[in-house]
Amino acid sequence: MAASYLQIEQVSMDFTRGDLTSHVLQNINLKIDKGEYISIIGHSGCGKSTVLNIVAGLLRATSGVVILDGKEVNDPGPDRSLVFQNHSLLPWLTVYENVALAVNKIFKHSKSAAERHEWTLRNLEMVNMTHALNKRPAEISGGMKQRVGIARALSMEPKVLLLDEPFGALDALTRAHLQDEVMRIQSELKNTVMMITHDVDEAVLLSDRIVMMTNGPSATIGEILKIDLPRPRDRITLADDPTYNHYRHQVLSFLYEKQRKVDVA
Amino acid sequence: MNSRANITSVPAEPLVIKPRVADFKKPLVGILKKWKTFLISRFLPPLIVMTILVGVWELTCSRPDASLPSASAMLEQSWELIVNPFYDNGGNDVGMAWQILASLERVAYGYLIAVVVGVSLGVLIGQSTWALRGLDPVFQVLRTVPPLAWLPLSLAGFQDSHPSAIFVIFITAIWPIIINTSVGVRNIPEDYRNVARVIRLNGLEYFRQVMLPSAAPYIFSGLRIGVGLSWLAIVAAEMLIGGVGIGFFIWDAWNSSLISDIILALIYVGVVGFILDRMVAFIGNRVTRGTSAG
Ligand SMILES: Nc1ncnc2c1ncn2[C@@H]1O[C@H](COP(=O)(O)OP(=O)(O)OP(=O)(O)O)[C@@H](O)[C@H]1O
Ligand SMILES: [Mg+2]
Repeated sequence: MAASYLQIEQVSMDFTRGDLTSHVLQNINLKIDKGEYISIIGHSGCGKSTVLNIVAGLLRATSGVVILDGKEVNDPGPDRSLVFQNHSLLPWLTVYENVALAVNKIFKHSKSAAERHEWTLRNLEMVNMTHALNKRPAEISGGMKQRVGIARALSMEPKVLLLDEPFGALDALTRAHLQDEVMRIQSELKNTVMMITHDVDEAVLLSDRIVMMTNGPSATIGEILKIDLPRPRDRITLADDPTYNHYRHQVLSFLYEKQRKVDVA
Repeated sequence: MNSRANITSVPAEPLVIKPRVADFKKPLVGILKKWKTFLISRFLPPLIVMTILVGVWELTCSRPDASLPSASAMLEQSWELIVNPFYDNGGNDVGMAWQILASLERVAYGYLIAVVVGVSLGVLIGQSTWALRGLDPVFQVLRTVPPLAWLPLSLAGFQDSHPSAIFVIFITAIWPIIINTSVGVRNIPEDYRNVARVIRLNGLEYFRQVMLPSAAPYIFSGLRIGVGLSWLAIVAAEMLIGGVGIGFFIWDAWNSSLISDIILALIYVGVVGFILDRMVAFIGNRVTRGTSAG
């Protein structure tokens, strides 16, 4: 049996502060194929970001392993690039410089200066941000910042792209626009993606599979829903599609019936 | 065709020219007006206050039994010093400009060393919890020692007044620089650190690309406090070590009962201190422009 591209095996996570230990994750198991688009959905505080940060290598799991392309993940690296919820661009650098910082570091030896410049521009072009190359993050809108964050993550040519609620802070229109953009880029580049979201429509529209997490403490994977909708997907056509609405309903019933949040977050 | 040309050409002229003239005149008048209100609102209040203060000074010190010279008497007595800031009769007998420059030179040395050492130590205790736990108590105690209390010790150590004065400036300016830098480094957002970790910046790259720019607003507020304290300390230190310098000039004037020279020196000290503060603030604003998150 061939091993999966990205494997999360028996991952558990405890946070200890003083003599207080909270068991956040319990036995997470997930296999992801190359080029697959996975969404993780679950109630606030259940541990979605923790899973993503363990895959990113920013956190060390208390037990269990993450294996990417045959290698164990122990520390952060550009093969697992992150797009953060709050964009986290460096505010003193321009749009161009924010992407160039990553490109120049990662391809220092493998690309010439001209190629790196070219590559930086190409990635900003992909997210339609070449009009604001010399603007600082404070001078562009939230949606634009998120685009630059995506360009920076893509520019690293990651094996897995990790998105932590990438569109969470955006208004509905901008969000829809960026979702379409991500779908277009995904159809071109065939990245392997893990995305956290709170938005049921977003999950169904973008994903190949939706991973639904149970409530914490000791959260784990409750159900995995395979989304068998042909690509390219169009949000307007799908709005009346019975299969699409069936998937939506399944996710909603998981979140609001089976895993109803008891306490107020 | 003919009629069309008429229609466009006849009303076109006044339409084009009139607004141009108006456009040209309006901003000019507007700018002048703005400047006028700016000048009035910014410079009139301090001018009025200064006039009142000098007036009160003149009145209270003009009585025959006054122990301090009045404003006019001070001008008269120190006139030579005021008009000849650059004379040089050798020894300590030099113009006010040279006195100030000598003091500034000491401050520059001590302060620059304090900047380098202070930022380095600040980064260290900002980065390492162990260094924070070890060094912080030491710093907290040492920083409460008044600057002049260091002078005898440094005179004993250096056996020379020049490096001793520089050391006093250094030890005065360094504490706010260390503390502000370390706070700035501690406050680097987790996200920026994570970005650096994902693209695997090495220590030096992280320092230059993330730490310095992110902590710059904090560092500069420390630098600004530091330069103010340096200037406060130099006058006192120079009084004790002697030689050319504004501090000893004041002491010397006191010993020679030249009260009006003291007043002149105080004005110089105040103005130079103000300029130093503004210079550091200006550099800080330029460097940290666009640094604040948005
Ligand atoms: N560094 C930490 N130390 C202690 N507890 C932590 C730490 N990080 C996260 N937790 C706890 O782990 C749990 C899961 O956090 P996590 O951020 O992964 O949730 P989440 O599912 O991403 O929530 P949200 O949807 O609100 O972002 C929370 O209860 C949180 O309090
Ligand atoms: Mg989260």
